[in-house]
This record gives sequence, structure tokens and C-alpha cells, in this order.
Amino acid sequence: MAITKARAATVTAGPHARGGIWSWITTVDHKRIGILYGTSALVFFLVGGLEALLIRAQLARPENGFVGPETYNQLFTMHGTTMVFLVAMPAAVAFFNYIVPLQIGARDVAFPRLNALSYWVFLFGGLFMNSSFLLGQAPNGGWTGYVPLTGPRFAPGLHIDFWVLGLSMLGISSILGGVNFITTIINLRAPGMRLMRMPLFTWMTLVTSFLLVTAMPVIAVALILLIFDRFFGTSFYAPAGGGDPVLWQHLFWMFGHPEVYILILPAFGMVSEVIPTFSRKPLFGYAIMVYSGILIGFIGWGVWSHHMFATGLGPIADAFFAIATMIIAIPTGVKIFNWLATMWGGSLRFSTAMLFAIGVIASFTIGGISGIMHSAAPADLQQHDTYFVVAHFHYTIFGGTILGTFAGIYYWFPKMTGRLLDERLGKWHFWLMFLGFHLTFFPMHWIGLLGMPRRIFTYYDELGLGSLNLLATIGAFTQGVAVVLFLWNLLRSRRHGVVVGPNPWNAATLEWSIPSPPPEYNFAVIPEVHSREPLWERREATPAPPAPEPAIHLPPPSHWPIVVAFGVLLTFGLFLANVWWVPLGGVALVAFGVMNWAFEPGH
Amino acid sequence: MSARKPEKLRFLRVFRAAPLAALIACSGEYPQTTFRTVTDFGQSLNDLFGRVFWWTIPILVLVEVVLLFVVIRYRRRPGGPTPKPVHGHTGLEMLWTLIPALIVVAIAVPTVQTIFATQRRAPDEALMVEVVGHQWWWEFRYPEQGVVTASELHLPAGRPVHLQLRSVDVIHSFWIPRLGGKRDTNPRPAREGQRPKLNHLTFTVSQPGSYLGQCAEFCGLSHAIMRMRAVVHTPEQFEAWAQRMQAPPAPPAGTLAERGREVFLRSPCIACHTVEGTTARGVIGPNLTLLGDRATVGAGALANTPENLARWIRDPGGVKPGAMMPGTRAPGGGLPPTGLNDADVEAVVAYLLSLRSGE
Ligand code: HEC
Ligand SMILES: [Cu+2]
Repeated sequence: MAITKARAATVTAGPHARGGIWSWITTVDHKRIGILYGTSALVFFLVGGLEALLIRAQLARPENGFVGPETYNQLFTMHGTTMVFLVAMPAAVAFFNYIVPLQIGARDVAFPRLNALSYWVFLFGGLFMNSSFLLGQAPNGGWTGYVPLTGPRFAPGLHIDFWVLGLSMLGISSILGGVNFITTIINLRAPGMRLMRMPLFTWMTLVTSFLLVTAMPVIAVALILLIFDRFFGTSFYAPAGGGDPVLWQHLFWMFGHPEVYILILPAFGMVSEVIPTFSRKPLFGYAIMVYSGILIGFIGWGVWSHHMFATGLGPIADAFFAIATMIIAIPTGVKIFNWLATMWGGSLRFSTAMLFAIGVIASFTIGGISGIMHSAAPADLQQHDTYFVVAHFHYTIFGGTILGTFAGIYYWFPKMTGRLLDERLGKWHFWLMFLGFHLTFFPMHWIGLLGMPRRIFTYYDELGLGSLNLLATIGAFTQGVAVVLFLWNLLRSRRHGVVVGPNPWNAATLEWSIPSPPPEYNFAVIPEVHSREPLWERREATPAPPAPEPAIHLPPPSHWPIVVAFGVLLTFGLFLANVWWVPLGGVALVAFGVMNWAFEPGH
Repeated sequence: MSARKPEKLRFLRVFRAAPLAALIACSGEYPQTTFRTVTDFGQSLNDLFGRVFWWTIPILVLVEVVLLFVVIRYRRRPGGPTPKPVHGHTGLEMLWTLIPALIVVAIAVPTVQTIFATQRRAPDEALMVEVVGHQWWWEFRYPEQGVVTASELHLPAGRPVHLQLRSVDVIHSFWIPRLGGKRDTNPRPAREGQRPKLNHLTFTVSQPGSYLGQCAEFCGLSHAIMRMRAVVHTPEQFEAWAQRMQAPPAPPAGTLAERGREVFLRSPCIACHTVEGTTARGVIGPNLTLLGDRATVGAGALANTPENLARWIRDPGGVKPGAMMPGTRAPGGGLPPTGLNDADVEAVVAYLLSLRSGE
């Protein structure tokens, strides 16, 4: 297509450092920030995966002495925290960053420097939390951080300090990101890109962003109260001082349940891009897919206490939350049926991306069904806090989010690099991971119903659960092999993968109309959109390209985002000193950075 | 409460209630299984689970079968037709919204019924037991009998039981799967003029026996070793047990056990432990009355044998990380080491094991 061949000479902007570390540190280009997010998420994925393997090694047989409880409790806490906040979320944000502006025909996000800031705050928060391992004081209160176990009385030391402070930083980063993507999607769409023409992935990004800006403040409140309890001696959660630990559970899950939709909706969006492309059919029931996503986002706010059926809230609350939870299954089911209908009558090509998307349907459905089993509150009293729940949420978060993200990676990698990921290695990766995943988590349904609670560093031989646990461990290591293959594929294909043009999959959405990888300015000419599948419509008659625009303004790089982010890190990090005025040093740096940011020329 | 139903119906009930149990290898022995419950409470949870199971599994099977069919039938073949660009079908979409909605109604109704049925107030004749969670052991108090014990919840079969749950430190969750579902023990603030909000469980056990359980809410370092068992007696046996607990036997004169008793009563043990009928009245640790009857020591950490008991008294923290009790050499629970020598330990072990109901 001619419009993709516009010369870079038309770009006018400040000096862009093309390579080198400095250019990455100061970048405000959404594509580069996307790659930073993705790479960081991948590294944290390896860390969280290693933690998972250590956990499974310990549980391989009953009464095992591989790691003791002290280490084990840190491992499962950091595994959960890492996979949720440092892997699944940033991996989705990587795609928001890279793909959404391309899908809506924009040249960048609405607030490029804010975008950089949210990345650096995320990175510093993640590194800060993990640095606790160096002191041997990693968080150890579970990713749900229930008080009073995480309060000052029962959790002395730095473990939980690292956790509350690190999470607070991640929350800031997420809120900034959410604001940015809402603005971008609402304001920067190309002409003709009406809301109901937006690709499903962009739609799910929009819904997720609304969830981010609304749910993150809730956990911020929960964390701030805990910070006060831990550092300033208040007793919001301490029963001895009149506080109520159940308050934490409400706040945490009021955030936590929207959070699970923050985790799954982006993956749903990716699957909804991949399946039509490789079925050569438009998405079945586009409008219903959009509305069901929005509905899930709304109802997701009214189900939080289904995590608390054993807490003792009384029959009225239990009944309300049970019913709300069952209702949310309906729009979720609709999505699955619509994917099947999209594939029905299609011409399916089993690329690796498509295999992962199909894997999502096959696996997530199992997680959805076990979720309905949990929603029957009394039945949940036997399932809650057992391995049955562990099975359930891995079927949704791994079977949905992680497999979905892999579908996204195989699908969009050629857009980002101009080369395909190797398909043969990809298929090995898929099958090993898919089988390993089911081998790990399917037995856990039984392990739980046969009486094994979660979060225990050892279990006794007399429970009779040794062989099922061994099976799960074998599955986990199979997945480990799959991840190694994926890494190898990634490293190799980046240099030696098959070179491709703008649209290797013959997909329908705008990001495939520009070169792979896209030029810095994305679109030489902002396209005009006439339908939901612009590239499929154009297949017959390509209209003559409009004349290139005379000049494209791109924001120059800026180092103020990383300076401000560093100030945020200092502010929270210095809390560890436990002297109230010390963190003000960080606040001063933030103020200094923000001032300079505000008056930076060229923006 | 444990209504006797005719045998035929009972068979049906098992069929509905234990769908997954039927699928697993039945050879194994699973003492913490949720399938073979022995209370009315557990039974109603399993009945509900059975219903939800049979309403939802067909959807799962349908999705997987259709997926498999589509994948095989519509795979791309060379020279295959170009697919029709179908954008949707309102009728179909209505259908697969409405059918799940009906299924939701079908499971919501019994769910709500079961929620209210299982959280009814305990009947007046119920046996009240206070369940108190400690890091990392369970205490059971019987106000009616004036008896306190630990790690083993003694209950009569056939009589409704009312458990009142609380915690003295962090949140724990009381769970003995064969008795039914779990319930958290929350440390709640006791505001002046208000009764603290307690959690409750009510059920009737139908068969005597021994049922394993453990804490189900992560509660810190040794959460995995916060185990317990329910020892369910016939009503007569239960009364006999309660009487023994009120007045346990004293060791015969001149035995090692008697020397052990002396050592025990002049050691720091009594700061934390109670033995009924002696000057040991500590309440920080488990009540040790009739310890000789217990199957385990250290809340399920070890089998209750003389060697293990000695091991525990020497080094509880080595057996169970973080155990809040001092050993002979290591401090613990905020107290310095007890300093008992081997002979002392041996004597104390003999004494504690002599505290049993006879037979
Ligand atoms: C600081 C208080 C404290 C002192 C002193 C103490 N204990 Fe303990 N003891 C405990 C606690 C707490 C437990 C429960 C530990 C656990 O299971 O986590 C316990 C458990 C036990 C148990 C196991 C009970 C059961 O049901 O499993 C025995 C037996 C025991 N102690 C004996 C002794 C003896 C003998 C002494 C004196 C040499 C002693 N204790 C001194 C606090 C104490
Ligand atoms: Cu506990």
C-alpha cells in the first residue's frame, strides 16, 4: 500500500537518539515503551516461574524437606504477587502500548511522557519488591496480604513493608496508565473510527483502563491504611485497638475482583483478534462481544465477597454475592459461544497464535465452570482456600490470560519486529505448555476436594495425596521446558526469523496496514476508516492514497519521566528507614522533576 | 437432624452428591476427603455441589465437543471455499444468553436455600463448643462440661453441635472436611457494650469415628502444621470422656511418672499449660489433661510416642518451626529455655503419657 511508504523525512521533531541505552531511557514512543513493558514482564515471568518450580519441587512428595516454611511462604507470596502485578498486567499493558495506537490510527498515546512515567514507576516498584530477596526478607503474607497477619504485631521485619510499599508504587503506575489509555482511545481515533468500529482488543483495553482507574484507588486506600498501621501505629485493622481485620478483606477484594477482570479482559481482546483472522471470518456478534465485556466490567464490581464466603458475613450477604457471581457467568459464556460461532464455517489456519487462542477456549471454559461451582456459596465452604481454588484461578489466569497473551505474542511479534516467530518451535512450545498446564492444574481439582488446603509448605503422607501432587509437579516442569523453548524461539527469531511485510496474516485491522516494524510516526497519513475490517474491505479496490502530510510532529525524548519515577521510588523506599520525614527527600525530587517536566520545551 | 431416609433414596443421594468421587480411583484412603461427609451440614453442601455439578458439566462438555468438531471440520484445506462473512445471528445469540440464564436460576435457587438452611441458629439442646484458633494449634472449650482441651475435638454422635469460633491472634479457618465446610476464626474487636461478632457452625455428626482436619486460612510460619482431629463418640462415651477430663487420674506413687509430675509442676511448663487436678493452670499453651489419649503432639506434627514426646519437649521449634514454646536449650514463646536434663525429660514424658483415660 502506498500510504505506508511515506518517507521519514517528513517527520519534524527534536533530535531522536536512534540507539543506545539513553534513547531507551528517555523514549516517549509508545512502541518502545511497549517493548520495555513486554521485556520487563518477560523477565518477571521467568522469576515468578522459577518460584513456581521451587514450590512444586517442595510439594512433589509429602513431608518433603526441600525448602522450609520460611522460604516457602516467601516463594508463594512472591509467585502470586509477581504473576499478577509484574507479569499479567504489564504484559497486557505492553500490548495496549504497542498495538492500541496502531489499531485506532494514532501516532502516539495521548500523554507520551506520562506513559514513560508509568513504565518507570512500574519497573522500579517491581525491582524494589524483588530486592527484598537480597535481604532474605521477601514478603511472606500471601498475595492477598490478610491482616492481622500482615500487621505490625504479627509481621515484624521488612517483609510486609516491601510488599505494601512496592504495591503502592505499582498502583500509581496502573492508574496513570489507565488515564492515558482512556484518553487515547476516546480522543485519538482516526477519522471514521467510531466506537463501534473499534477492534475488540481496543475495546477491551478501554474497559480494562476504566477498571484500572476505578479499582486501583481502592487497593491504594487499603494499602495506605496498612502503611499507617505499620509505620505510624494506628489500628485500622488491629482488633486490640478497635480495628476490624475483615475491613481489609472487603477493601482488598473490592479491588481484587475487578482486578481479575483487569487480568482477563485484555486476553479476551487478543483472542477476539486472533480467532477471526485465522478463521477468515469477521468476529461473530461484535456488538454482543463489546456489550458483554462492558457488562462484565460493571458486574465485576458487585461480586467481591464471593472470596469471603468462609469469613462469616451472614446469609443475606452470602446469597447476594452468590447470585451476582452466577450472573456474571452469563456474559462470559456468551463470549465463548461467540468465539465458537466465529470459527464455525470458517477456514481455520492453525498458526501458533491460533493454537494458543483455541487453547484459551478449551482451558478457560474449565476455569469458568469451576468458578460457577465456587459461586454456590455453601459448596464453596468445602472448596475455599484449597487446591480446588488454586486449580480454578490457574485455569482462568493461566488458561485465559497467559495462554491468551502468548497468542498475542505470536500474532503481533511480526508487527513489532518485521519477522515471524518460528512456527515449528512455536508448535512445540504450544503443545508442551498446553499439556504441561493441564497436567499441573487438573489434578489440583482432586487434590483440593480430597482435603489439601493451599499455602501449606508440607502435607502429610496419611492424606494420600502424594501421587496426585507428583503429577502436578511433573506438569510444572514440562511447562518449564516449554518456556525455555519459547525463549530460544524469541531470541533466534528476532535475528533470523522469516522476514515479512506489513500484513503476514492477512488480518483486517489498521495496525496491519503499515510496515513491520512500524516507523516512528506510525502512519504517514492518518487513515480514514469506513468499517470494522478496513483491510478486508479494501482487499478488492485499494483507493488511491491521499497525499502525504507536509510535517508530522512527534514529541522529543524526555528524561523527566525517569527522574520523577526515581523520586517516587525514593519516596516509598525511604519509608523503610521508618523515620517519618525521611521520605520527604523523595517527595522533593518528585516536585523538582514535575516542575521541569511542566516547562520542558517541545511538548 | 440427621434424618434417616430409606436406603434406596440414600443410594440416590450418594450418586448425586459424589459425582467426582466416582471418577477417582476408589482404592485410596483419603482422610480429609470432602466427599464422604458424616454430618447433615456436610451432606447438604455435597447435595448442592452435586446439583451445580450436573447443571454445569454438560455446558463444559458441549463447549469442548463443539470446539473439537469445529477444529476438525473447518480446518483450512487447499482449494477450500472462502468462508461467508457472517457477522452474527440475533436468534442464536439470544439462545445462548437465555439458556445459561435459566441454568443460573436452576442453581441459584437451591444455593440460596442451602445458604439459609446451613446458617440457621443452633437449636437450644445443641452441645456448645468454643473453638479458639492459636498460632498454630486449636483449643476446644466446653463451657457446659467445664472442660478445655486441644488439638482433638471430642463430640458426641447424634446430638446437634454448636461451634462458636474465634481467634486470639490472626485469622484461622476451622476445617474438618468430613464434618462439612470451613469457617474462619476471626479476631474481632470487642467494643464496649457490644458482643463481639463470632462465627458459628452447626451440625450433627451421624457416626462415631476419627476425622482429620487442619487450618485452612494461611496463618503464618507453621500454618501447614496446624492440624486437628474430631474424635466422635457415642453419647455415653462422650459423657465418660468429659467426666475423666474433669478429674483425671493421678500417677501411682513411686513410679517414674510420679517423679515426672514433680518435675513438671516445678518447671516453667505450668506457666503455659494446665493439667486438671494439679497446680498447673497456665492458659497460653494447650491444655494437657489426658494428653496420653492424644494421637499426636504439636497439633499433628508428630505421632504421640514416648520418643516423639521427648523430642518435642527438648526442641519444639526444631519439630515445628516457630512453635511458641521453649525447648530444653532454646528459648521460645517469649520464655528462656526450660533447662530440663535428659532424666527430667524422660520423667515428664512418662508423666504426660500416664495422663490417659485408662484401658
Ligand atoms: C511459653 C509457654 C510454654 C511453655 C513454658 C511450655 N509450653 Fe508446651 N506448648 C506451648 C504451646 C504454645 C504449645 C503449642 C505449640 C504448637 O502446637 O504450635 C505447646 C505444646 C505442648 C505440647 C503438645 C500438646 C499437643 O496437644 O500437641 C506438649 C506435650 C507440651 N507443650 C509440653 C510442655 C512441657 C513438658 C513444658 C515444660 C518443660 C512446656 N510444654 C512448656 C507453650 C508452652
Ligand atoms: Cu491457622
